[in-house]
Amino acid sequence: MTAAVLQNVLASVGGLPSIEFSSVAPSIILALGGVLLLTVVSVTKDKLPVWFPAVWTISAAVAALCTVFRLWIRVGKWGNLSLISGAVGLDRFSLFVIGTLCVSVVMGALLLEGYLRREDLEGPEWYVLLLLAAAGGTTMAAANDLIVLFIGLEILSIAVYILSAMHRRRMSSLESGLKYFIHGAFASAFLLYGIAMVYGATGSTNLARISTFLADNVITQNGLMLGGIALMLVGFAFKVAAVPFHQWAPDVYQGAPTPVSAFMAAAVKTAAFAGMIRVFVLALGPTYRDEWRPMVLALAVLSLLVGSVMALVQTNVKRMLAYSSIGHAGFILVAVHSSTAMGTSAALFYLLSYTFMVMGSFGVVAVVGRKGDGHHQLSDYRGLGRIRPGLALAFTIFLLAQAGVPLTAGFLSKFYVIRSAIDSGDTALGVVAMLAAVIAAFLYLRVIVAMYFEGEPGDEVAPVKVPAAVSVAIGIALAGTLLLGIVPDPVTHAANEATAELVAPRR
Amino acid sequence: MRVEMFTFLLAGAICLGGALGVVLLKNPVHNALSLVATLFGVAVLFVNQGAYFLAAIQVIVYAGAIVILFLFVIMLLGVDRETDEGREPLVAQRPLAVATGLAILGLSLVALLSAGQRATGDKADLAPLNQPGPDINHLAEVLFTRYVYAFEITAVLLTVAVVGAVVLSKRTNEPLIDLDEFPEGTVVDVRRRADDAKAQDEVDADAEVVAVPDTEGDPQEGGDD
Repeated sequence: MTAAVLQNVLASVGGLPSIEFSSVAPSIILALGGVLLLTVVSVTKDKLPVWFPAVWTISAAVAALCTVFRLWIRVGKWGNLSLISGAVGLDRFSLFVIGTLCVSVVMGALLLEGYLRREDLEGPEWYVLLLLAAAGGTTMAAANDLIVLFIGLEILSIAVYILSAMHRRRMSSLESGLKYFIHGAFASAFLLYGIAMVYGATGSTNLARISTFLADNVITQNGLMLGGIALMLVGFAFKVAAVPFHQWAPDVYQGAPTPVSAFMAAAVKTAAFAGMIRVFVLALGPTYRDEWRPMVLALAVLSLLVGSVMALVQTNVKRMLAYSSIGHAGFILVAVHSSTAMGTSAALFYLLSYTFMVMGSFGVVAVVGRKGDGHHQLSDYRGLGRIRPGLALAFTIFLLAQAGVPLTAGFLSKFYVIRSAIDSGDTALGVVAMLAAVIAAFLYLRVIVAMYFEGEPGDEVAPVKVPAAVSVAIGIALAGTLLLGIVPDPVTHAANEATAELVAPRR
Repeated sequence: MRVEMFTFLLAGAICLGGALGVVLLKNPVHNALSLVATLFGVAVLFVNQGAYFLAAIQVIVYAGAIVILFLFVIMLLGVDRETDEGREPLVAQRPLAVATGLAILGLSLVALLSAGQRATGDKADLAPLNQPGPDINHLAEVLFTRYVYAFEITAVLLTVAVVGAVVLSKRTNEPLIDLDEFPEGTVVDVRRRADDAKAQDEVDADAEVVAVPDTEGDPQEGGDD
């Protein structure tokens, strides 16, 4: 009898959806990696070597990266797909973003390894949350449905709230976690409110359906739609820390454990921008671009200027990097604003190179912070060029890259962004972006001057120890920053191919 | 007046009254109980819309479980403790909050009223939910077909929340490092200072004398006493 009932139900809904697990393999590997790590460690107690969680995490991220390459080839053969009842969009855009997230997990785990040992912290939970956060980010990057996007964002955000409060002996870490949680919860509420309004106006949460509905119909009284767009934009702007929704960023970046700040700057930004591009450029781009572009323009200009200028007056290097990340968010917003395929690939290139640059920078900051994670004043960098020439050179390269000096990833990413702005006719915005880059160059030079030209021999507060894992992470970041600057072609080519498409679900 | 309209007005009034109570009442227990009224009103609205399952869940989960947890926390933190509401940590916080609240209210009203009679451009694509029959069946169908992926990944979200709750509530006996107070502080330094302070307290308790020379010897000690 049950079989008959089931048959009827299946007939009424048009059959069960086919779930192509391979299409979400990266997310599954990352999430499963996190849960398995938790299980393995709690079952074996203290029998495992100390390095085990880090190695596990890195292996999971590398495995996920391998599936990304496989899926990349598959998409090339079969084209973009919309799978699992249209909830997941399998296209090269999402794959590029997922790859970027995997890279930041690898470097984040390496930085954590050195950090946790130095701070006498224990626990695989750090790595578990890192993996689960990445799984949330990958879900978000491939989301073709607003509900899936929201849940992905929440997985990512909640994991990172916890990570930033996890150095629980440091007051500032606790403060940072609480602040990030409260601000982030607000942002999520705004985003959800916006999603509800857009659902009300279009009758669907599926991005492809929203897009076709808006293309086929004209909403004559579109107050609900416009309100929804505005609220969703507020939610995303909070997550990427764009001015004027940036107030949380400096405090949180400064207070959070440094490897977590690095992951926050790289991965959270990457995933949030991926979600933003999917919703605004893809789903709402063709029909509502005239409505959201002015708002994004305002966010971009404000972030560029406020980020660069405020960074100049900071004396704490972590806080300075936080403001500079606001400026970088401004650059990526310029690319989003252009709302073209060129803009999207510029944003992708920027996100990948920013991942390398910011992971490397925070990696250096983490080791210079010394035990206690407290030495982050500009004065703590005095004479670094003398006591640790290699580290100082690496930091110099990362900072120059962030400033946009040629032969580094930073130059090309800024170049592509400004080109996309000018290509879509916003010369003024391109000029503002260049101006902001020039202002920001000052602050990076300030740190470099402190490292090489200030301080007398022997006035260092404490020696700087560089753990092996951290030097590997800095090495990867350095290689990425330089390779993307000198031989960018493979990545540029991939970013150009990584155009996103909303494929309508089959049913 | 049709009965739906009457129920709607009544439930709406309960919702709004409860919401005002949450914000305006002084006693935290009363706030939590007003929240129950709001959630109950929403449940009645769901019934009015024919969403019986949602109404039941609303009462069981929100009114039943979540508010009870709120009450637990309020009781554990101590209801009787006087809250100092006279001091504003942020200047102009209240007027700004009121202005923001009004702005959001205005936005929602404009959005809803400008949409006229039909707020929805298209009929919701949850067609199965509108078919005759118990709504719990339809909900299950939608949940396991169209929203199956969202349903599954919620498991990851819950895992993250559980891991976080366990990790953050673990008790630690280590002393706190306050970088505002000890900018140079490392774990060892702070531990040592904490021990010093404890020893100092014992000396103070024994002698009833403030040991001035000792504290002057260590400038970092300053903010502690």
